[in-house]
Amino acid sequence: MDATAVRERVAAFLAEHDPATTDSTEFLRARFDAGLAWVYFPVGLGGLDAPRDLQPLVEQLLRGTPDNNPGRIAIGLGMAAPTILTYGTEHQKQRFLRPLYTGEEVWCQLFSEPGAGSDLASLATRAVRDGDEWVVDGQKVWTSGAHLSRWGILVARTDPDVPKHRGITYFICDMHAPGVEVRPLRQITGEAEFNEVFLTGVRLSDDLRLGPVGDGWRVAQTTLMNERVAIGGGNPNSRRTMVGILADTWRDRPELRTRDLHQRLLKLWVDGEITRLTGARLREQLAAGQPGPEGSGMKLLFAKLHQEASGFEVELLRDEGLEYDDWSFRRSDGVDFLGRGAGYRYLRAKGNSIEGGTSEILRNIVAERVLGLPSEPRVDKDVPWKDLPR
Amino acid sequence: MTLLYTEIEEQLRAAVRELLTDKATPGAADGGELWKVLARDIGVAGLLIPEEFGGAGASAREAAVVLEELGRTVAPVPYLTSAVLATRALLTAADVTDIADLLERLAAGETTATLAVPFASSPYRPPLAARVGGDASESIDRSGAPEAAVVGSTISGRIAAVAGADMADTLLVPVGAGLAVVSADDPGVTVTPVTSLDTTRPIATVELSSASARFIAIDPSALQDTLAFGAGLLASEQLGVAEWCLTSTVGYLRERTQFARPVGSFQALKHRLADLWLEIVGARAAARNAADQLASGWSHAARVAVAVAQAHCGAVAVHAAEECVQLHGGIGMTWEHPAHLYLKRAKTSEIALGTPGDHREALADLVDLPGPA
Repeated sequence: MDATAVRERVAAFLAEHDPATTDSTEFLRARFDAGLAWVYFPVGLGGLDAPRDLQPLVEQLLRGTPDNNPGRIAIGLGMAAPTILTYGTEHQKQRFLRPLYTGEEVWCQLFSEPGAGSDLASLATRAVRDGDEWVVDGQKVWTSGAHLSRWGILVARTDPDVPKHRGITYFICDMHAPGVEVRPLRQITGEAEFNEVFLTGVRLSDDLRLGPVGDGWRVAQTTLMNERVAIGGGNPNSRRTMVGILADTWRDRPELRTRDLHQRLLKLWVDGEITRLTGARLREQLAAGQPGPEGSGMKLLFAKLHQEASGFEVELLRDEGLEYDDWSFRRSDGVDFLGRGAGYRYLRAKGNSIEGGTSEILRNIVAERVLGLPSEPRVDKDVPWKDLPR
Repeated sequence: MTLLYTEIEEQLRAAVRELLTDKATPGAADGGELWKVLARDIGVAGLLIPEEFGGAGASAREAAVVLEELGRTVAPVPYLTSAVLATRALLTAADVTDIADLLERLAAGETTATLAVPFASSPYRPPLAARVGGDASESIDRSGAPEAAVVGSTISGRIAAVAGADMADTLLVPVGAGLAVVSADDPGVTVTPVTSLDTTRPIATVELSSASARFIAIDPSALQDTLAFGAGLLASEQLGVAEWCLTSTVGYLRERTQFARPVGSFQALKHRLADLWLEIVGARAAARNAADQLASGWSHAARVAVAVAQAHCGAVAVHAAEECVQLHGGIGMTWEHPAHLYLKRAKTSEIALGTPGDHREALADLVDLPGPA
């Protein structure tokens, strides 16, 4: 499969499915069936077994046609799909990938718990086997989109008698099952982007298990790697960036300029360029099939830039920086780091160094996996989970 | 365009690295001998020279890869000063055929040149040619209009802090809208080495006293553009310096034991190295981008790419070298350990061809972010 073949395939697809007259869900289903959802996936699962670097061409050729609102289904696209593709059974892949792609079924992530953040492997949500079913009890937190979701990717403890990494199993949680309760979690911006999810006697059939029993930690690594790339990579097609917003304000409002701010703005602008170029190089590596260690660093860079630029913006605005657009407690429509006003951007950016792995944990990952430095002495490694202090 | 390395670039890197591993122990290499082998056997001297003059007709991208490797070994060779800056200056000549003989000898590695300007010259202080000429106008006495390339004229003056002069056979002295080509052997030329912070790329004072010169005309902006071109490629050398510092520091911290554990297992140090690694990842993207833009021609995008690369990479190399010294502890302060050579190279390179601040300020105009009225 090369670029010419992809072009022909897209042309043939568009000839059969006029985007102007086809219902958008129908259009996306047909796109999936034509192998043009993610061309690097296998044939029959929305792909063509084509090289990954042909995907941007497909996106370009299909620009302007109905899309699946990638912001709304980011967790499905960025985290659930690659994990299902890697560890799912044939039946699971057939069942879940198509409606995930079309956006008919939204996904959320049931990983973090009140007692298990950076140390995710210490999680306490229990899944106990009962015949062909598992009974799940516990509490998850920081679950964005749980109230909109049909499915959740869930890690739960299935064996408390072995060390923490070994007793975890990965499930697909039916968010409509009895015992699933979703409560909004209000954050410092005033709104609720996230939820707490309480799981009480939730029964999941064994065919919703992803990967072997006790192997959930390994399965979760696939999800987490993809999460960091998704958060850190940003949207390469978006021309709107935090520094871009700042530069526009600077150009439009000469009365705000001072010498001190000018020096700092230029520094931020350079940092923005460095982040953009690092991301561009990373995408080239991924497209060329040489996934580099830069991936783990992108999210660190991105968080730092967002926080510095958004803090600068509030200061730059002076009087207006004292205002905030709206504190009302409401559900947000989706995750938007750049939306609303400067105050919102400043507060929301604080999450960028926490969500999807704190910057401190990511530095450990870079130091240990990229640089090969030894880990800190571990007191919890060989201790059964049930004996760990909590 | 690509920010990655091509296969040919990787082959060139492998050839240069093999030679340097063999012959360039940091601090102990004989620069003259090493340069002969690099310039002639591997042919790096003629990379930027067109094939019609016996060069390789390669681009800034390949030259950048050579610089990465030279930075990694702080090799005391005049690659940046002769094969990049002087060569590029000559190639801006209005009539290149005029200096074909010199280009051919440079390409073959038979001669070495340097651009006789202070190494700390910023590409942005306009107009540089007038400044050099202006500073020197009292002291530089030239007979004949330089633009006319009068044969047999002479030049006088004094230029401080010139890098690469110690190893150059030919000096290119900016005068007005031209370059004076002066042989270092001329009885009117005195090159006095200065005790330099960076001993692997020392500076010298060049004094010209009615030295014979050949004048060649160049475009009035060509000198500044040449300095910017050099600055863009210097970013790759800085990347190489920074990479060596990180690699050697990581290696040391894995071996060094205190408190009964490898020092590199302490989170306080791991986080510092992770941050440094990330700065270097950014430096690689910026240096590659600058080389790539310069390879595609002199454009607005190239100017921006150079300024961004220099605003970032100079400081990254210094940070890497400073961390290298600090995290090596006592051994990092010794003359015996090579860390000091990298620190000195990093700190002097930060000043060379414009400081990070000079490059940042240039962006105000380049990307329309004006300062307060």
